[in-house]
Amino acid sequence: MSDIGANAPRFVFRFDRWAPALLLGIALLVYVGIAIWTRQTQYLTLENLISILGRSIALGITAVGQTFVILVASIDLSVASLISAVSVLTSVIMNGNPAMMVPAIAAGLALGLVVGLINGLLITRLEVNPLIATLGMSLIIQGCLSAFVSNFAGQVPVEFQFFAYGAVGGLPFSLLFLLALAVAAWFVLRFTRFGSNIYSVGGNADAARLAGIKTSRVVVSAHIVCSLCAAVAGLYLASRLRSGAPWIGSDGVYDLESIAVVVIGGTILAGGRGGIWGTMAGVMIFSLIDSIFNLAGVDAFAKQVLRGIIIVAAVAFYTVRSKRLVA
Amino acid sequence: MTDTSLPQARHKRQLPQINPVYFVLAALIVAIILQNPAFVEPTGYMNFLKRAAPLAILAAGQLYVIVSGGFDLSVGSLITLVVVGSSMLLNNDPNATWWVIAVMFGIGAGVGLINGLVVCYLKVPSLIATLGMMITLNGAAFMWSGGAPRGYLTDGFRFFGRYNFTDLPLIRIFPVAIIVLVVLGFALYWLMHRTNLGRMIHAIGDNPRTANLAGVPVNRVRITAFVISSLSAVAAGILLGGFAGVSTDVGSGYELQAITAAVLGGAQLLGGRGSVPATIAGALTLTAIFTLLNFLGLPQPVRQVVQGLILIAAVAVAMYRRKHTGR
Repeated sequence: MSDIGANAPRFVFRFDRWAPALLLGIALLVYVGIAIWTRQTQYLTLENLISILGRSIALGITAVGQTFVILVASIDLSVASLISAVSVLTSVIMNGNPAMMVPAIAAGLALGLVVGLINGLLITRLEVNPLIATLGMSLIIQGCLSAFVSNFAGQVPVEFQFFAYGAVGGLPFSLLFLLALAVAAWFVLRFTRFGSNIYSVGGNADAARLAGIKTSRVVVSAHIVCSLCAAVAGLYLASRLRSGAPWIGSDGVYDLESIAVVVIGGTILAGGRGGIWGTMAGVMIFSLIDSIFNLAGVDAFAKQVLRGIIIVAAVAFYTVRSKRLVA
Repeated sequence: MTDTSLPQARHKRQLPQINPVYFVLAALIVAIILQNPAFVEPTGYMNFLKRAAPLAILAAGQLYVIVSGGFDLSVGSLITLVVVGSSMLLNNDPNATWWVIAVMFGIGAGVGLINGLVVCYLKVPSLIATLGMMITLNGAAFMWSGGAPRGYLTDGFRFFGRYNFTDLPLIRIFPVAIIVLVVLGFALYWLMHRTNLGRMIHAIGDNPRTANLAGVPVNRVRITAFVISSLSAVAAGILLGGFAGVSTDVGSGYELQAITAAVLGGAQLLGGRGSVPATIAGALTLTAIFTLLNFLGLPQPVRQVVQGLILIAAVAVAMYRRKHTGR
């Protein structure tokens, strides 16, 4: 084994690792190409690029959490309704009063914590398939939510709107926040014991257990991280809309889109392989695709058709090379 | 010693062999009758069966994909496409019924084929592949109808979903939808439990690698499963078109209900186990729950919560049973 390593070239091109960057490059090229072709070069500025990214902050925050869950070979379909629930809860608690900001944020995060904990326990203790457990959870949250509110609820004070509209040093605060969150997630996955546990549990849960890792604890923690991220995305959306909307999560299709983004970013659904930067590339690819459609003036319905095809094509871009059988 | 212990062991094992979904269904029907004595009248239960027929057919088709180890999320939007597309193609011409139905089954076969090919040859996980198909088909339905579906379905087309034979002795009414359900249900039962195709589907879902080594043409069988699921969605769409109106969201949510029904019927997600009659019973159970909630006057949000709870509970109970009976 070691002598093979010695004879191998120092730089080995690993397709899996570079595929998200490659896809992102392609998306950028298409964007620039279309902008030049349709003579809309005014959109080729850095400010415009930042504003394109600004549109997918909520998706990005959710996708960071979803990455953790998918890495442990689980999945979370409850993020969309959790986002709605948290955005309504916080804006109702704040109700325009800046003094209630801290309790409201705490309540939102606590809700996320509880939902993640329940998801994780259902999956590890009752051994419910994660797809079903989180789908059921999603129905329960959405049902409870729509039993109480059916329209915009509460109001967000101006101070809290800083989260969505504020700027630090010329850059939107929300973008910096997403970047910081991604760096933190990368750090956790790359350098901490929890991070390496996540990869081992996702890669092979039985082997991880035999190696002495408390696998169910890792899975529960990953779900808590995911739900907390979704809760933060809910806070962001409350701040952006200046009020809580009970349909905001399901309207944004954050559950399926965040999964699609993670998978396009090269994290495999079977778990154990992938990472945060791929996910971030996936988020950028998604927002670039939207901008490309806008530039090219594709109509709304054709846009949807193309979007479905692009998701499958982007995932096929990785998977077509794999030799293993998929389900 | 052995000849006495053998029958005993068998006797012990026979107890948990009756699928619990039948008991649940029976209990629910008793509850419905207590709530609404009119349910014992033929009109009561015939209408119930008629309403449950599309979901039952859809779930039985979905079961093929589930047992083979995948998911088919595209069926809901395929139903929408069938209803919207037929109203466009029929163009209020009663003579067009038969070729429109043929075209719809053709589209269904095509959709299933594409799903299967993408999963088998591009190696895209079925969750993502059919999710992409779902988005694409929804967009296609919108594109085809220009956003607002025109026209209506002719009576010839609605015959299957809406028509009742009346003035029959003893039962008075007999909806055509029930004949369709019985015929298709039996065909799907026979195909799954009495043919080699069914055995191969089970084998693939249990362990694709072993099945492959044992000589099962894995890709061909898997594609067949997707085609069957799509064709059953077309049949369900034609039935639904009979009693629901033409709109762009007739099919939304049906994919999850179909998976729920299969899971209630004891199907194992990720493959290898499942029964068509139990799945149909699962679909009836789900419809019975909704009917009961309607009778109790509970609003839509409660329905959602209850669906979420039973979904989780059904899988949790199944896992518990599997662990404790060792099967």
